[in-house]
Amino acid sequence: MQRIEALRAIYPQLDDVVVVTIMGAVAAELQSIGHRPNFFYLQHAMGLASSMGLGIALSRPELKVVVFDGDGSVLMNLGGLTTLARYRPPNLVHVVFDNESLLSVGGFPTATSTGSDLAGIAREAGVPRTAEVEGVEAFSAAFDEALAANELTTLVAKVEPVGPPGFITDLPLLENRFQFARHLRTMGQ
Amino acid sequence: MPVSVANSQIIYDALKACDVSLVSALPETWLVHLIRMAEDDPEMTLVRLAKEEEGVGISAGAHLAGAKSAMLMQNHGFLASINGIVSLAHLYKIPLLMLISYRGELGEPDPWQTQGGGVTVPLLDTLGIPWDRLDDPASVEHRIRKAQTLANAAHKPVALLLCRDLMWEA
Repeated sequence: MQRIEALRAIYPQLDDVVVVTIMGAVAAELQSIGHRPNFFYLQHAMGLASSMGLGIALSRPELKVVVFDGDGSVLMNLGGLTTLARYRPPNLVHVVFDNESLLSVGGFPTATSTGSDLAGIAREAGVPRTAEVEGVEAFSAAFDEALAANELTTLVAKVEPVGPPGFITDLPLLENRFQFARHLRTMGQ
Repeated sequence: MPVSVANSQIIYDALKACDVSLVSALPETWLVHLIRMAEDDPEMTLVRLAKEEEGVGISAGAHLAGAKSAMLMQNHGFLASINGIVSLAHLYKIPLLMLISYRGELGEPDPWQTQGGGVTVPLLDTLGIPWDRLDDPASVEHRIRKAQTLANAAHKPVALLLCRDLMWEA
């Protein structure tokens, strides 16, 4: 499964949820499918997308929050999984696209390429729902279940180490940030 | 334990008066009463962290979601948060209200705290983070409110240094 195929499969379900993505390929691919004002792209600060998702989920329990994370980013903030698990907001779905690679900076293999199991780490950290899936159909079904579950879920999706030709998009970081904050004020009302 | 309960309460009440509804924290000796006050307060969301940099993400998320937050950390936690401060809070112009216990200044008896104390203010200055000291209970509420006001107006992190004279009862 390519990550962009996975994103395309669930894109219709992202209409009325809050979305936070990591940098690089994930952000560029989601924007290539179509930016929405409820999408925030954390284009740096590797590891903190899940922490941002936690802050949003705790502050706005009436909203569903989806984080699109990556193996390299999660590995930079493994402690954050224990914080997610500790507060386990039921409105947070934590998707980890695992391509076993730091693709955006040259494709260097991460520790998941040598056997580290992020779904297992999340489960043992205490995340109540965890799964690892391969293939678009399995991912799409697991994502829908996670959205409906009303229980913190970390869903690891194994994807191929391929991405878009470039990462620069025509959405300035600050435009995204202020539009997102303004839009969140209108959601859930 | 001679950490001042009374002055911790003054700090906590000031955060409440500024409508802070979420506090992230990593335990530190000087912060124990503040953390307990947050934990005992049903109106406050306390997020206990594994590492302080997470707090930058959590406060950024809270801000974009419309909630006012504060971060409680030791100055070594500030050191551990710098990438998040630069590549999230500064990059995306996110206000942060950081309360940093200022270990290692004059009067510090613990040898292991002395190195961090010496670099705290130079690093705040290098990062362009406005800061002030909280060293007198009479000015705590005023300074916390001013710090929050500037953070929100400038869309940037502001730091308050929790000083020995305020936090520790000699």
